[in-house]
Amino acid sequence: MILARIVGTVVSTRKDPRLEGKKLLVVKPVSPEGADESGYLVAVDTVDAGFRETVLIVSGSSARNASECKDRPVDAAIVGIVDSVNLDALHEAELIAARKR
Amino acid sequence: MLLGRVIGTVVATMKNESLVGQRLLIVQPLNRRGRDTGKPLVALDSVGAGAGEMIYWCRGKEASFPFLPAELPTEATIVGIVDSLNIPKEGTSVSHAEDPAERRI
Amino acid sequence: MLIGRVIGHVVATQKAHSHRGRKILVVQPLNLDGSDRGEAVLALDAVDAGVGERVLLTTEGFSAMTSVGRPNSPIDSAVIGIIDAVELIDGAR
Repeated sequence: MILARIVGTVVSTRKDPRLEGKKLLVVKPVSPEGADESGYLVAVDTVDAGFRETVLIVSGSSARNASECKDRPVDAAIVGIVDSVNLDALHEAELIAARKR
Repeated sequence: MLLGRVIGTVVATMKNESLVGQRLLIVQPLNRRGRDTGKPLVALDSVGAGAGEMIYWCRGKEASFPFLPAELPTEATIVGIVDSLNIPKEGTSVSHAEDPAERRI
Repeated sequence: MLIGRVIGHVVATQKAHSHRGRKILVVQPLNLDGSDRGEAVLALDAVDAGVGERVLLTTEGFSAMTSVGRPNSPIDSAVIGIIDAVELIDGAR
């Protein structure tokens, strides 16, 4: 699973019938520190996530284990809205040191 | 699936038992213009592809499905031989039927 | 899933049985700014997409095979939607 930020929506009228009624969102991966990473994904929303929110994405065949995604052609699903990310203090200190370097 | 060209074969006497009888071909991935892109890889063949032919191949677990019910250890399998590649806006039209000389290496 | 553009098609007579009767599209995956994202891929068509259309591309086996109604077949990507619009927040490109 990865962390990502919601940056957009996709509108599609003609699509696989099993995707009907599903919200398709454009998400950009972010690091645990909240920095944008490269790339993007189109993911099915299962938790009513909104713009700019940081979310939890499950991808690959496991995405279909998310509720409402069973037996649907889904390879990326939003399965959680992230309230906070807490990093190990030591890790954070290392990060700050790395940034200074 | 991706485009590719068969550029060679691999002979392996000692191989996993489940691969006995399978042809191992070396595939050079191609881009949309039919040019080489990326590194060659070894793929199984499910359609009788030959050296020099433009083919398309499947990646991942799905690559083992042409051989069902046998479960073969492959993550790349040739699943089709390309007769023609048509990309109208770029004017790419590679047809093997028109130029058989091009097709053989 | 990714956003892609249909740029052409491939004709193949000798191919996996499960690919018969389905169009093989050449799809160029796109970045959010519309630029090319890596090399073009071949995807089976599940929604009758045409050249030039912006589409929803799945690159995962189950989704791809079931969308064209061919379970347990060697299909790793398929076009499963035609995109009408993509809306992005500012600066997301």
